[in-house]
Amino acid sequence: MTNPDLLLTVTNLSVSYDSIRAVNDISFDVARGEIVTLIGANGAGKSSILRAISGLIPYQGGIAYAGKDLKNIAADGIVAAGIAHVPEGRGIFGNLTVLENLKIATWQRKDKAKIAADLEHVFELFPRLFERGKQLGGMLSGGEQQMLAVGRALMSDSQMLLLDEPSMGLSPVLVREIFKIIQDINHTGKTILLVEQNANMSLHIASRGYVLETGRIVLSGTGKDLTGNPRVKEAYLGG
Amino acid sequence: MAYLFQQALNALQLGSIYALIALGYTMVYGILTMINFAHGDLFMVGAFFCFLLAVYLKLSFVPTLLFTILGVAMLGVVIERLAYKPLRNAPRVSAIITALGVGLFLENFTLALSPYPKHIPALIEHTTWTIGTVSISSLQILIIVLSLVLMLILDFIVQRTKAGMAMRAISWDKTIVPLMGVPVNKIISLTFAIGTGLGGAAGMMYGLAYPVIDPYMGIMVGWKAFISAVVGGIGNIRGAMIGGFILGAVEIMVAAFFPSTYRDFVAFTMLFILLIVRPYGILGKPHPQKV
Repeated sequence: MTNPDLLLTVTNLSVSYDSIRAVNDISFDVARGEIVTLIGANGAGKSSILRAISGLIPYQGGIAYAGKDLKNIAADGIVAAGIAHVPEGRGIFGNLTVLENLKIATWQRKDKAKIAADLEHVFELFPRLFERGKQLGGMLSGGEQQMLAVGRALMSDSQMLLLDEPSMGLSPVLVREIFKIIQDINHTGKTILLVEQNANMSLHIASRGYVLETGRIVLSGTGKDLTGNPRVKEAYLGG
Repeated sequence: MAYLFQQALNALQLGSIYALIALGYTMVYGILTMINFAHGDLFMVGAFFCFLLAVYLKLSFVPTLLFTILGVAMLGVVIERLAYKPLRNAPRVSAIITALGVGLFLENFTLALSPYPKHIPALIEHTTWTIGTVSISSLQILIIVLSLVLMLILDFIVQRTKAGMAMRAISWDKTIVPLMGVPVNKIISLTFAIGTGLGGAAGMMYGLAYPVIDPYMGIMVGWKAFISAVVGGIGNIRGAMIGGFILGAVEIMVAAFFPSTYRDFVAFTMLFILLIVRPYGILGKPHPQKV
């Protein structure tokens, strides 16, 4: 029954805010090395799912990572378990330098040599961050902040990345660039759960996708199958 | 001229005590956006710890200082855990009322144990040097130097250490910090420990400078240190230091050239005027809008 290749398993997940049910009895999984995308309109519950996985909000149902139940683990422990979360709006600390923003994500790590190597790797991936290392995070442009947010997630040395709308507020050129980077990161062996409103782009790079509508999964399939499926468009229009 | 220099020295002494207390207000505000109105009373507890350690345990200056800082810091952490943490997501006013209540509790608990004012023994040898008409006491120098050293240590912790980085991150956006793997509650406890520990050190130094202590001594001093923090820009650590020294200077200079009863009136008037001109204080910035 349990597939050893499954990294993340979400079973009958529900999230409520006061009396509003944002996520309603959702089940899905992500296999090792996959890019899986959750797409849907604003308010479909996508961010709430990521926030539940990261231990930021209480939930009903089960979330397991690498066979380990995450239910009673606090957010800082989820990072230690191997999940990095790039939050909606990027969550850059504007009063910290770019370098400090990267370093704070290594809080749980002790492997100094590997940290230095990972920092090199992030600077190779995003040379702009190296140039701006001493500047405050708040001084960066939107695109640079998104790169910093992704770079910061890599610094935690997590096997799995949760990305919450990385394309938000970026120009089409930058959106293409960031999706290319997501693919590159995936090729280095990281598993990615990508939440997006930009359905076309995310289905293009994802191996599988789930379509959400008002807190429920209404459609799922491979990225290829879902691309061009009229039901996907309906979900966005609330059809 | 010599009179002015004498007063400037007095201003530095008072200002450094205000600055130390103001740091506690500003650090807690920076990390929790909450005013710990019990902080002035923790300053008072510091003076009483110093009294207990010096009189009953007969400790000398350095151990008295260390244990006073440690004791008040631990008390601050316990207060945060028991009284403030359960209210972290409650309306802001609940936390403020609770802080006022904690302050009243500390005052009355101390009053119950010690109904009469106490006298703190001189823990260091008093030497007074006279240069012309200016006199400098060893205690004055000790208070000023020790305060500056504590402030430098704090500045180093906040700007250069990993824990300080986490404190700054929390002050920017508390909701993101756990995603970095940072145990937020531990950092909040550490912030309370440092902030209240500095307040305790200030209580001890105040007690050495003005040796008669009573359970209500923290009220007025606490308010003034709070004003200092607001003047400097609440949440800004360097601002709290500057605000403390400014308020110390204003008070001493007013008392030096006008009837000393004008002192507090002028100090509070200064707050009103400054807040009209610069609502965020000298170094404060409007808080970034979070989306």
